[in-house]
Amino acid sequence: MSEREASEYQPLRPQPGPIGEMFAPVAGFGVTLSSMFKPTVTEQYPREKVPTQRRFHGRHQLNRYADGLEKCIGCELCAWACPADAIYVEGASNAALPENAGLQVNADDSQGAHMSPGERYGAVYQINYLRCIFCGLCIEACPTRALTMTNDFELAGRTRAGMIYEKQDLLAPLSEGMLAAPHPMVEGTTDTDYYSGDVLGPTAAQVEWVREQRPDDPTLEAAEAVVSGKAPAPTQRQHQARPDEGPGAAEKSAGAAAVGSVRVSPSATSATSVSRSTSEPGSVSVDDLTAGASTGPARGSGVTA
Amino acid sequence: MNPVILAAAAPGVAADFSQETIWASIVKAVLIVVFLLTSVLFAIWFERKVVARMQVRPGPNWHGPFGLLQSLADAMKLLLKEDMTVTRADRFVYLLAPMISVFCSLLVFAVIPFGPSLPFPWTDWTTPAQLTDFPVAVLYVLAAASLGVYGIVLGGWASGSTYPLLGSVRSTAQVISYELAMGLSLVSVFIMAGSMSTSQIVSSQTQIWWFIPLAPAFVIYVISMIGETNRLPFDLPEAEGELVSGYMTEYSSMKFAWFFLAEYINMLNVSAVAVTLFLGGWRAPVPDGFLGGALNEGWLPILWFLVKLWAVMFVFVWVRGTLLRLRYDQFMVFGWKVLIPVALGWVVVLSVVQWLQRVQGVTYQQFIPVIIGAAVVFIAVMWFWPEKKEAPPGAGQEKEPVDAFAGGFPVPPLPGEKLPPSKRFGKEVHGE
Repeated sequence: MSEREASEYQPLRPQPGPIGEMFAPVAGFGVTLSSMFKPTVTEQYPREKVPTQRRFHGRHQLNRYADGLEKCIGCELCAWACPADAIYVEGASNAALPENAGLQVNADDSQGAHMSPGERYGAVYQINYLRCIFCGLCIEACPTRALTMTNDFELAGRTRAGMIYEKQDLLAPLSEGMLAAPHPMVEGTTDTDYYSGDVLGPTAAQVEWVREQRPDDPTLEAAEAVVSGKAPAPTQRQHQARPDEGPGAAEKSAGAAAVGSVRVSPSATSATSVSRSTSEPGSVSVDDLTAGASTGPARGSGVTA
Repeated sequence: MNPVILAAAAPGVAADFSQETIWASIVKAVLIVVFLLTSVLFAIWFERKVVARMQVRPGPNWHGPFGLLQSLADAMKLLLKEDMTVTRADRFVYLLAPMISVFCSLLVFAVIPFGPSLPFPWTDWTTPAQLTDFPVAVLYVLAAASLGVYGIVLGGWASGSTYPLLGSVRSTAQVISYELAMGLSLVSVFIMAGSMSTSQIVSSQTQIWWFIPLAPAFVIYVISMIGETNRLPFDLPEAEGELVSGYMTEYSSMKFAWFFLAEYINMLNVSAVAVTLFLGGWRAPVPDGFLGGALNEGWLPILWFLVKLWAVMFVFVWVRGTLLRLRYDQFMVFGWKVLIPVALGWVVVLSVVQWLQRVQGVTYQQFIPVIIGAAVVFIAVMWFWPEKKEAPPGAGQEKEPVDAFAGGFPVPPLPGEKLPPSKRFGKEVHGE
């Protein structure tokens, strides 16, 4: 440093006075002593769970439309976008659902059983959370906003297989008033109408169709209430599975054969979705869900035990 | 105190051990060991908690109320760990070293007075609240502290490893350097109290605690006691940034725990010595004769002693939470060029003052203007002392082109040196 620079230097911070300068060598003792009386900044994480920021990148969720159909169309764009190669998707045709076995269903037909509006749906959907880096590129890639991220960050698991989340682990649970898929689309609509947000809930024709096909379906009653106007239109809710209760539990009940299986049959998926209403009373607003992602685990939701 | 009992005591010792039986001594010894071990558990918790609060953290808060059982859990962990002996270790000395450390650290509290004579209810039997005392008790404390270093030195040497050896060598030099300053600072207490017996030193502080008239000696003692116990900022023998854990590197399980225990007991030891010699020992922090001296009788003095002890322990932790570790050469320079000369000078000044007082009959009142004048002169000199002007780098060096390929390898220019113009481009290279 030259002398010119030294003479020009003016400190921006307020400089200590004569007394302060005298005590400057031991000023650190004052800092530590006064720090003792400041409140601590540590979060007591497992005891007190502080909510994350709302835009926190947590576990994924596959969303549903208001009538219970899935938003995922099995396009695999998320899998292609994934830099960590954590997502595996297999699409299938809605026309190939077993409920449509005897029917001639066109690709753009709203009639017949559908898992999702339109032609195709995601038959297999897996995210490997040992690979996922939570970058959110899959969310940006999703054309139907089927894939979003929750604020759930408690993703530890005991097995490697258990860390591969299957579709039933990722799928949003049916809200009160949603009708379990598969069922027909709202009559006379296209997938574009669904995407534009024009479908606000199940219709009478859909309820009727499900009652014919699956008279014991537990979502029928709530959906009927929505149709008759006794209940408000269903809203999205979040999935609260934990690894111990989610994939691992499914494997235990299904036995060793289920471990590593890549295909989830559509009927099995619908069965998992249906089991929800026994354990999930009441509807929850979206705000509650996003804020309360870590407040309390809703046990056993959306998972066949 | 009863003058009849005083007459029966050993010469130069205030405490009276004439009624002492062997069983009373054994009970006291056991109580002291129990006190030390539980105090260490508490001290570890105390240190972690206070340092944490200084760093705006809550500290241990999981096990027990306020995390008090945390150090108990840590001790259990150490007990249950695998006891390893490194292959290159000198097995006997390797095992002996932590034992020496702990043994020597346990010795000191034998002469520390927790209080005056304790009365036992429903009996007329009283006993001094200290295990023993003799006319050279403080020398015994210094001897025990010095012997404790053998544990560190032998432990580092017997590990057969580089870092422990370096740590133990550092520890040797450190203790030699700082024990001198510590001893000199204690000399001023001996001069004032006229005794080396701990109970006599405490009873000499009836009017004023020695840390006020002997403030320079007290400061030197506090600094050197931190150096003596290898605590931050003087924890060079176990500097984890440089030597892993220094002399403790190759130790695990209980052998490590012994070293750990010794370190914390040594902290308690030097704190207790500071309390006894400078802070009035077990005396209540009130003027003499307050409430007729009721606060200095019976069992209450033990409370004052413990309060003062933990106040000094707090200073330990406070220093640790504030200061950084010194570099080794700075540490040695500080010990030899600052602490020891200052301590020596202080002893000389004090001796002169004592001579004036006792031989020439100069009174305290006559000293006060001298002391105030000396303080004013000192502060003024410190105030107007010209700040050391740092010479600009390379000021004394000639500006000549350096050989950028000294010894055949490219070398960066030293401060003040100027790189020769690059041959390739024919213009100056950017940089210094």
